[in-house]
Amino acid sequence: MNLSYILLIPFVPLAVFLVLGIFNQKIKPAVSGYVGVAGLAISTLLSYYTAFQYFFVHGKADGVYQTFVDKFIWMHFTESLHIDMGYLIDPISVMMMVVVSTVSLMVNIYSRGYMKGDDGYTRFFAYLSLFTFSMFGLVLATNLFQIYIFWELVGVSSFLLIGYYYTKTSAIAAAKKAFIVTRFADFGFLIGIFIMGYYTGTFDFQELTNPEGVVILNWASTSFMGLSVITWALILIFMGGAGKSAMFPLHIWLPDAMEGPTPVSALIHAATMVVAGVYLVARLFPMFYLVEGGFALQIVAYVGAFSSLFAAIIAITQTDIKRVLAFSTMSQLGYMMMALGVSGFEGHEGVGYMASMFHLFTHAMFKALLFLGAGSVIHAVHSNYLKDMGGLRKYMPVTNITFLIAALAIAGVPPLAGFWSKDEILVAAYENSQFIYYIGVFVAGLTAFYMFRIYFGIFWGKDTKYEHTPHESPSSMTLPLLILAFLTLIAGFVPFSELVTADKTGFEAHLNLPLAAIAVGVGLIGIILAWIFYKKENDLATRFASAFGVFYKWTSHKFYFDEIYFFMARKVFFKSVAAPIAFFDKKFVDGTMEGIGNKTVLVSRKIKAIQSGKVQDYAFGFVAGVVIIAFVFIYIWTN
Amino acid sequence: MDLNNFFLMRHELTLLVIILILLIAEIFISEAKKSRVVSLALLLFGIHTVSGFFPLAESNLFGGMFRSNELIHFFKNVLNLGVLILLLQSADWVKEKMTSNDRGTEFFILLFASLFGMYFMISAGDFLMFYIGLELSTLPIAALAAFEVMKRSSSEAGIKLILSAALASGVSLFGISMLYATAGSIYFDEIILNITADNLTLLGFLLFFAGLAFKISLVPFHFWTADVYEGAPISIASYLSVISKGAAVFILMILLFSILKPLMEVWEKLIYVLALATMFTGNLFALRQQNMKRFLAFSSIAQAGFILLGLITGTQLGTATVVYFVTIYIFSNLAAFGVVQAISLQTGRENMKDYEGLYRTNPNLSLVMMLALFSLAGIPPVAGFFGKFFLFTAAASEGYYLLVFLAVVNVTISLYYYLLVIRAMFIRKGEDPIPFFRNKVYMRIGLLITVIGILALGLYSPLYDYIFQLSGILK
Repeated sequence: MNLSYILLIPFVPLAVFLVLGIFNQKIKPAVSGYVGVAGLAISTLLSYYTAFQYFFVHGKADGVYQTFVDKFIWMHFTESLHIDMGYLIDPISVMMMVVVSTVSLMVNIYSRGYMKGDDGYTRFFAYLSLFTFSMFGLVLATNLFQIYIFWELVGVSSFLLIGYYYTKTSAIAAAKKAFIVTRFADFGFLIGIFIMGYYTGTFDFQELTNPEGVVILNWASTSFMGLSVITWALILIFMGGAGKSAMFPLHIWLPDAMEGPTPVSALIHAATMVVAGVYLVARLFPMFYLVEGGFALQIVAYVGAFSSLFAAIIAITQTDIKRVLAFSTMSQLGYMMMALGVSGFEGHEGVGYMASMFHLFTHAMFKALLFLGAGSVIHAVHSNYLKDMGGLRKYMPVTNITFLIAALAIAGVPPLAGFWSKDEILVAAYENSQFIYYIGVFVAGLTAFYMFRIYFGIFWGKDTKYEHTPHESPSSMTLPLLILAFLTLIAGFVPFSELVTADKTGFEAHLNLPLAAIAVGVGLIGIILAWIFYKKENDLATRFASAFGVFYKWTSHKFYFDEIYFFMARKVFFKSVAAPIAFFDKKFVDGTMEGIGNKTVLVSRKIKAIQSGKVQDYAFGFVAGVVIIAFVFIYIWTN
Repeated sequence: MDLNNFFLMRHELTLLVIILILLIAEIFISEAKKSRVVSLALLLFGIHTVSGFFPLAESNLFGGMFRSNELIHFFKNVLNLGVLILLLQSADWVKEKMTSNDRGTEFFILLFASLFGMYFMISAGDFLMFYIGLELSTLPIAALAAFEVMKRSSSEAGIKLILSAALASGVSLFGISMLYATAGSIYFDEIILNITADNLTLLGFLLFFAGLAFKISLVPFHFWTADVYEGAPISIASYLSVISKGAAVFILMILLFSILKPLMEVWEKLIYVLALATMFTGNLFALRQQNMKRFLAFSSIAQAGFILLGLITGTQLGTATVVYFVTIYIFSNLAAFGVVQAISLQTGRENMKDYEGLYRTNPNLSLVMMLALFSLAGIPPVAGFFGKFFLFTAAASEGYYLLVFLAVVNVTISLYYYLLVIRAMFIRKGEDPIPFFRNKVYMRIGLLITVIGILALGLYSPLYDYIFQLSGILK
C-alpha cells in the first residue's frame, strides 16, 4: 500500500496557513475563503481515498487490519529512547482523518458566509487551517511525544480561535481560561509521558500497545504507592485527555469557549479537538485494558459516566443555546469515555471500544450540524439567548429541518445515526456494569429532553416580535447544513463493528432489541416532556423550576463550579501559596539576580579600559597570555 | 598520481579557475559595464557551491600533504554556502564601490584567494600545507579590511589585522618548529606515532594553538577582533566572524581529535579555562557596546567560547555537535550581519540607537534580525537552540557539569544584550527611526536563505544524523 501521499493531508492545510498568514494583508478576503476551502477539499478527498483504500482494498491481511507506519528519528536520547516523527495508519487514525476533514471542510464552507464582512476574515481562515493541520498531526502521530507536540499545537490554535474577537474582554478571558485549564491537564500528561518513557524506554505506540510486547507483559516490574508505575503514567496521561475532552472536574473551560465564533465551536469544541482525549485513550487502549487488570480503565469509565450525567443535568437549565450545546458535548464525550471504560478487548467483548469510536464518528456529524444550525439562528436573530427566539420555523425552513434531524439523532431516534451508536454503547455498558448502564439510560432521556427544549424554544413556542424579520441564511451556510444532515441520516449504517475494533478483527454486531426499545422509549419520553413544556407558550416550565427551587438554582449556576474554582484560586491558592512565593521571589530571587546583574554591568564597565585600541597593547596581551598559559601548563598542570 | 586523483582537489581547482576568469574579466570588461563582474562572480561561485555537493572519493595527495574525506568535504561545502550568502549580501555594496571609485573585482579575487587558503588549511596533511593555508587565508583579508582606503578606520583595521596576524602566525610557526623538533616530522600521520607529552612538545603545542586561537578569537588572543570588525567593511567583518572562524574551528578540531589526542589530558584543561574566559569576556564586553559591529564582534567571541564546550569532549558526539553548531552559527550570524549591512548600505547608520523603532518602519528586516538574535541566544524553536542544546549535552555527557552550568549562566547574560537590540527595534519609539526602504534583490535572497536556514536546520534532524555519522571519520 503506497502511502507517501498521506503527508499531503496535513501539509496542504499547513501550506494554506502559511500563505494566508504571510500574505494576510495582501489577499482579498474573498480569495482567502476560496483558498481555505480548496486546501481542505484536497485533504478531504485524500482522506476519503485513504479510507476507501485502507478499509476495503489493502488494509486487511488474514482478516486483521494492518498498521502501517512510516517514521524517522527526530531526536536521539539513548539507543532505544528517541522521539520520532512520522505517520501511523490504522483503523482509528483513518476514521479520525475522515471525521476531521469532513467537519473541517463543512466549517470552512460555512464560514465563508458566516464570517462575511468581518475584519479578520483572512486571519480566521489561516487559523482554521492551522488547527486542521495540527489536528491531522495529532491523529497521525506515531508516538506519545509527537502526539503531545500536536496536542499543544491544537491547544494553541484553539486559544487563538476562542479569542478571535480579541476586542471582547469575555472572549479573551475565555481563551485564557481554556488555555490554562487544558495546560494544567497537559502538565499531568507530560509527566505521564516522562514516567512512561523512563520505565518502558520507548514512546512508540506500537511498542507500547502490543499486547504481547515487553511493555505490557512487564507492567508489574516497578510499583509506587500500591500501583504499578505504568498505571500511574496511564492515569496521568488520562488527565491530559480529560482536560482536552472536558471531563469533570476539568470541564470548566468548555462552556466559556463558546465565546469564539460559532463555526469554531462546531469544528473544535464539538467534533474534533474535544474528542482528542477519547482518541488518546483509544490509542493506548491495550495498555489501559491489560495493565493491572484495567485499573486505569475503571477510572476512565467512572469519570466518563459521571461527567455525562453531570453535564446533562446542567444542560437542562441553561438559556444560552450555545452553552446548552456545549454541555451536551461534554455529556456525549462522557458517553464515549464511558464506553471505552466498559469495553473488553477481543471479539464481541470489545463492543465498547467499537461503540465509542462509532459514537465519536456519528456525534461529530450531528453535533457539528447542531452547532452550525445554532450559528445560522444566531446569525439571523443576533442573540444567543432562548428568550430572544421563538417561532423561527416559518422564517428558516432549512435550518429548522436540519436542526430537527440532528436533534432526533442525538436523542437516539431510529434510524438516525445517534440511535445506532448509542445503542451499542448501552449494550456494552449493560454487559459490563448495570450501574453504569442505568446512568447511561437516564442520560439518554435527559439528552432528548434538553435538546428538544431548545428545539421547541427556537423554532416553535412564542411568536417573538423581531426588529428585523429573520431570514434564511445564505446558501454557503445552508449547503453544509444539508450535507451534514444527509451524513447524519446515513452515518448509522456504516458497519463499524467490521471496521474499527479494539483487536482489529471485525465481529458481528446485532441489535439488542429489548435494550434498544428501552433506550428509544426513554428518549421519546424526554421528547414528549419537552413537547408538553415548550411547544406552546405556557408556565409549566417556570412552575417546575420553582418547585425544584434550590436544585434548579444550583443547576443553572452549573453547580457553582466556576465559583469554587475561583475561590480556590483567588482566596486559597493565591493567598497561601502564591503570595509567599511571590514575596520570596521578589526579595530573594530578584534581589540576588539584580545584584548579580548590577555587578556584571559594573565589571563590564571596569574592564572596558583593557580594550584600548592600541595594537601594541594587544600584542602585549597576546604574548602575555601565551607566557602565562605556558607557565601554568608546564609547571602546574603537568608537574 | 593520475588525473583522477588530481580531481580530489576539485574544490580548489574550480575556485582557482573562477579567480582566473575574474582576473581576465577585469581586464576585458569595459568601464561602463564593470558592475556585471558582480553578477558574473555570483554566478560562478553559485555553480561552484552547487558542484561542491557532488561526492568525492576519500584519498590523499602529494604523499599525504593533502587529505580529502567526506567530513572535510562537508566542511568545505558549509564554508561555500556561507561565502555564497555573504556574496549575495554584499553584492550591492561592491557594485556601489565599482561605480564610485572603480574598485571591486579585487574584492572577489582576494576573498576567493582567502577561501582557497582555507581549503588547503582544512585539507592539510602536514604542518607545511597547514601553514601555507593559514597564511593564504589571512593575508588577503588584511587587504580587504583596508578595502575602503579613503576611510581612516578601514586602513587602521587593515593595519591592526596584519600586525596581529603576523604576530600570531609567527608564534604559531615557532610552535610548529618545536613540534617538529620533538616528533621528528611535519606529517600528521608520523607525528601521531611519536608525540609524547614532554615539556618541549607542550610548549610547541601551546604556541601553535595560540595561532589558531587568534583566528577563532579566543581570549586572550581576541583583542584585535572588535577594532577590526568596527573598522573593516561589514562584509569583511562578517567574513572574519563566520567563515574564517568556522574554518579555524574545523581544522583545530581535526588536529585536536587526531594528532594531538595523546595530549588530551593537557588540552582539555586548557580548553576548559579558555572556554570560561572567552564566554565571560565576550559577554561582559558585549553588554555595553553601542556600535552594532562591535556588538556582534563580542557576541561572536562569546559564541566561540560555547564552541569550545564541544571541543573539550574529544568524542564523536563532540565533533558532531561542534560541526552542527558552527553550521547553524554561520546562518544565524550571517543573518545578523546581513541586516546590519543592509541598513548601513542604505543609511550609513550602525549604532544600536539608530535601530529604535525599526519595526514600525521596516518590519521585515526587524523580523529577520529578531530571528537571527533568537538563534544566537538559543531560544527554541529556532536552530540556535538545538545547536546549543546539543553542545551542552555533549559536554555534560563527559561529566563537565560545572562548565555547562557556567555556560548556561553565560547564555543568560547573552540573552540580556540580544534582547536589548530587540527592545530597541520593537518597543522603543525612537526619535529618528530609519525610514522605510526596499532591499535590492541579491540582498533579499541572501537574507531569505539565512532565514530558511535558521528556521529549518534545527527541526530538520536528518542533517544532524548525517553530521553525526560523518563525525565518525575523525575517530
